[in-house]
Amino acid sequence: MKSLLINPVLNKEIKLRFRSFKGFLGVFFYLLALGIIAIGFILVNTIYNASAVFSPEQSRIMFSVLSFVQLVLILFMTPGLTSGVISGERERQTLNILLTTPQSSTSIILSKLISSISYLLLMIIASMPLYSIVFLFGGVSPSLIFSTFSIYLVTMITIGSLGVVFSTLIRKTIVASIVTYGVALFLSAGTAFLTIIISEMFYYQNTTNIISYFTAMVNPFIILMSNFEPYMVEHIYQASGIDFSLITSFMLTYLVITVLSLWISIKKLRPKAKVDKGTVKNG
Amino acid sequence: MIETVNLTKKYGSFTALDSLNLKIEKGCVFGFVGHNGAGKSTTFSILATLLTPTSGTAYINGYDVTKEPKKVRRHIGYMPDFFGVYDQFKTVEYLDFYGASYGIPKNEREILIPQLLDLVNLTNKKDEYVDVLSRGMKQRLCLARSLIHDPEVLILDEPASGLDPRARIEMREILKELKNMGKTIIISSHILPELAEMCDEIGVITNGQLVASGSVASIQKQLQANKIIHVRLASDPDKAIVFFEDEPKISNLTKHEKDTNTLIFSYTGSDEEQVALLKKAILYDLEIISFNEEETDLEDVFLEITKGVEFS
Repeated sequence: MKSLLINPVLNKEIKLRFRSFKGFLGVFFYLLALGIIAIGFILVNTIYNASAVFSPEQSRIMFSVLSFVQLVLILFMTPGLTSGVISGERERQTLNILLTTPQSSTSIILSKLISSISYLLLMIIASMPLYSIVFLFGGVSPSLIFSTFSIYLVTMITIGSLGVVFSTLIRKTIVASIVTYGVALFLSAGTAFLTIIISEMFYYQNTTNIISYFTAMVNPFIILMSNFEPYMVEHIYQASGIDFSLITSFMLTYLVITVLSLWISIKKLRPKAKVDKGTVKNG
Repeated sequence: MIETVNLTKKYGSFTALDSLNLKIEKGCVFGFVGHNGAGKSTTFSILATLLTPTSGTAYINGYDVTKEPKKVRRHIGYMPDFFGVYDQFKTVEYLDFYGASYGIPKNEREILIPQLLDLVNLTNKKDEYVDVLSRGMKQRLCLARSLIHDPEVLILDEPASGLDPRARIEMREILKELKNMGKTIIISSHILPELAEMCDEIGVITNGQLVASGSVASIQKQLQANKIIHVRLASDPDKAIVFFEDEPKISNLTKHEKDTNTLIFSYTGSDEEQVALLKKAILYDLEIISFNEEETDLEDVFLEITKGVEFS
């Protein structure tokens, strides 16, 4: 385990990320975007309000807004950070050399994923002070915050793993990026659209259809919403006739996608070693 | 020790490597020559465990590259023909990263890296960023990197390509040093004379096939069945022409373009016959100042070997 955590690739990735100014700039713009939205929200809510009071209820809405925006940012950044991890090395012609070192494919792939995820985590942690505005005005329970951040983490890891697998399988970073963004867009906007269409369709026919459950369970926005306002997703349970927690299904599905993506990446990073059929030659 | 057995690599219908059989003994420096696209890099990629052959296999120190790639990686130092460096990395950090990748402990790396930098003459560049180094320096740095785990076998794909003459000489000096250290080296080039000096053996590859292999001298000899001889005379070249024209193993007899007292001809006789020919010419009263074979350099040898094959 030690070799997985403290390993040269991970060490290098983190060192180089913060050696260039880009690493800091990323955090800066991330916080700027989130900050403008938070301040803007407070301004809009207090400017037309005679008493100029920010109530716990508004604070809760603000938390939801911030959380959605944060999820949008995560979905936007993760493909960009991960879809070039292998293909980028290939394009810079550094991959061959890396692959002739005895580092295992598992350790290379995991280090690449972990370094990208830790950069995203840094951004999220850096955004915590913005959330403190919410804590100041109350209205949000610690368990809600915890579950929200769990959803972020799972989303990051899964989209990140998809980025890594496309980066491994596709030679060009630009193509891998487009594919990863496409998948992320499908998982967020595409499935939401399908969920709405399908559940509405069958709602009026008074029949149930399980498809809307499956499209909903892979959508991080719907999951986030079900986390805040469970009544808003009641509709999905009714339309599909499945009464199994969406969040649990989401976590399980994303776990499967992650494991599968990483497994394929590890297998495909290097050419497959042939199985020894018992004929060993020594010379 | 490096060995390939019927090594074949096909890309669809294109055969990049066709039943290549090589055996390179421990401590030998083997030069691998061929034009671009002949299959050199394909061979090297297979040896470096980056590519799996379509059929056949290769062994490094007895380990099968397709079955035991992990063990092979510990025994080889590989330098690809084209490689990149990570920008934002300093020379020392670059080597440190690869040292760590080979599992060399930090305290050992701290001793090892200055030695390697010294070997490739980059000590004064140790704190420079890698991407600002010149091409020659990058090549030398990459060579140092391939040595970091003290491999017995070095696979060097065109280490001197794209270098200016001075950088080439520096690279050659380093390679000589490595040879003296007893490394088994397989090195490729499309420029044969560059290799001749430091190689024990040479293999010429064309269209994925090994068309000649052996010691530099033996390869040269293969082609010396057809010698070019220059004869410089003090006077009367026409008399000499009459004499040489009658000799059975002489062809293409001509006068030198500028010096009409010099005759040039192709000769297919053995060394003994050549001695007899000279004696006979002197007895014939030819006023011979010099009688010498044209130096066939390896470039000519290479062109001769690959001629015809290339376009067949």
